Amino acid sequence: MSVVNENQGIRSVAAYEPIREPLVLGNPTMRDITARIGSIVESKITAKYLLTLAFTASMAAWGLFALYYTVVTGIGVWGLNNPVGWGWDITNFVFWIGIGHAGTLISAILFLFRQKWRTAINRSAEAMTIFAVICALMMVLTHTGRPWLFYWLMPFPNQMQMWVNFRSPLAWDVFAVNTYFAVSALFWFVGLIPDLATLRNYVRSEIAKKIYGVLSLGWTGSTRHWHHYEIAYLILAGISTPLVLSVHSVVSFDFTVGIMPGWHTTIFPPYFVAGAIFSGFAMVMTLMLIAREVLDLKQFITLKHLDNMNKIILATGMMVGYAYAMEFFIAWYSGNPWESWIFVNRAFGDYAWAYWTMVTCNVVSPQVYWFKKLRRHIPLMFVISIFVNIGMWFERFTIIATTLHHDFLPASWGYYSPTWVEISIFIGTFGIFLTLFLLFAKFVPVIAIAEVKAIMPGAQPSHHAHAHTTPTLSEKGQPA
Amino acid sequence: MSAAPVGVVGEFTDPNAITTAAEQIRDAGYRKWDIHTPYPVHGLDKAMGVKRSLITYISFAGMLFGLTNALAIQWWTGAFDYKLNIGGKGFFNWEWSMPVDFELSILGTAIFTVVGLFGLCKLPTWYNRYQDDLSFKKATDDTFVVTIDVDDDRFSLEGTQDLLRRLGAANVHVVTAATH
Repeated sequence: MSVVNENQGIRSVAAYEPIREPLVLGNPTMRDITARIGSIVESKITAKYLLTLAFTASMAAWGLFALYYTVVTGIGVWGLNNPVGWGWDITNFVFWIGIGHAGTLISAILFLFRQKWRTAINRSAEAMTIFAVICALMMVLTHTGRPWLFYWLMPFPNQMQMWVNFRSPLAWDVFAVNTYFAVSALFWFVGLIPDLATLRNYVRSEIAKKIYGVLSLGWTGSTRHWHHYEIAYLILAGISTPLVLSVHSVVSFDFTVGIMPGWHTTIFPPYFVAGAIFSGFAMVMTLMLIAREVLDLKQFITLKHLDNMNKIILATGMMVGYAYAMEFFIAWYSGNPWESWIFVNRAFGDYAWAYWTMVTCNVVSPQVYWFKKLRRHIPLMFVISIFVNIGMWFERFTIIATTLHHDFLPASWGYYSPTWVEISIFIGTFGIFLTLFLLFAKFVPVIAIAEVKAIMPGAQPSHHAHAHTTPTLSEKGQPA
Repeated sequence: MSAAPVGVVGEFTDPNAITTAAEQIRDAGYRKWDIHTPYPVHGLDKAMGVKRSLITYISFAGMLFGLTNALAIQWWTGAFDYKLNIGGKGFFNWEWSMPVDFELSILGTAIFTVVGLFGLCKLPTWYNRYQDDLSFKKATDDTFVVTIDVDDDRFSLEGTQDLLRRLGAANVHVVTAATH
């Protein structure tokens, strides 16, 4: 076969003028791909990296100190008051859980839809999911007030002879979020095994070889193993898809099952899921734009990928915008005076500034993505992705604060603002998230090597494939 | 300690050629052999004659395990062991049991799938008889590596190597490993 060069391994050959934009630029060989990703792990740790790491780690440390202060003093150090029992803690919880959802969407749903472009971003998006869920779990754990009694949330036989109340959405949440974390982590690790094996054989340092060797579990790339692996991966993707929809639905039940005006609505589950995917994609975008610049991954994360992600941001942003409008419509149409009042208050009351920040960031700003030129404008998409992150955080804050600060009894109305402790904890979650992501980007293959190889042109046998009889491609990769 | 042959290896780099070679080796009646590839090659498992994976059944069992546990624990704690009236809601109703049923079904499926995958692939196995061979190491990079084990009934040092060469394999050689 002319495609084959004995010394250079499998050549990828873009033999024909591609109809679609290529997913990987520069037509690299398989070895180039291994070397490109492997070299990130092999390269020396630079001072710049250490400084960035030190910065994010100090953010994390500051947040952890604030958490420690909260735990040893009590959640009275937060700005929560009598009508407003949920503040930044639950806002951040929902925010971080939502961030995670894009990772699962990219890795599972786009996999099922055979969107090949996902291979460039799925690994880092899945990592992001896991780190975001860690942040979310920390928030909700501290919110319980006595986090050292976390195990009370689990049904286990105890001296009180009491069980968990399974009729409460808060108990469902425990199951949903923990399942989400466990399944995302398993899915991520299974996806990593072949790439860790590639690194095991690629790296030079003996210690690194040992570490990747242990982590890759002795994967050899056996076709008998790939056979099981591919089915297992498909099953994990198949179950992650309904899982991601269920997790944010269950999170929304924390609100909807209560009878508070502004929360007690049936639109919440789909509205939360769309918002989660929206915010998650924005976060993936922010991180990817930095990663492709710093790690020089422009070959793999191309404008086409960014364009596709921006289309999803536009679509989910419109869904979120629709939900905002529909909430108002239903509030009026229901004829429920409390419901209508809370929505008028949301747009024009004490928290109007938060509401309009949310609308501007989430509904107005993504509209630029109707234009292809703007979908491929990197500085612009960086700014928009930050806007969406901010907007989605304000969405959760608006939902929580506006409903709680004015409830049924005007005598108990109040206003909530956070204390330095809550702000520090929020900064800290970003510190933890970014620190973990930096460590990931340095020590773990940031691009799914095996998956990228599998989608290269010429990587798979042609359909009528019986190599010796098919017309071959000439040396230069032109049709014979 | 002496060096005993463990099998022969051959390298391929073309996905069409490896597919044809897999069919030929399968038809030649070999059983203890494998192809190591850097990424899953479509249809290669079929060409090798690999039997359908059992993993779907394992996953299904995991789903049933999770679901059964979810229903059992919610019914037993709420409607049997300690009945507690909370807001007049039922002690057990399938309606409110759905979220936990669903989550635990997913969790069961995921855990069984991964454990099943590890079991079927015998992972972790931190030793492979071919592991020090240079060709074999390329299988995680850019080469399709055929390995035919010495304990296969049809194996013969010369004949097996000839077969691989005939099929277009490069760098065909015998791999030896130290026996302990």
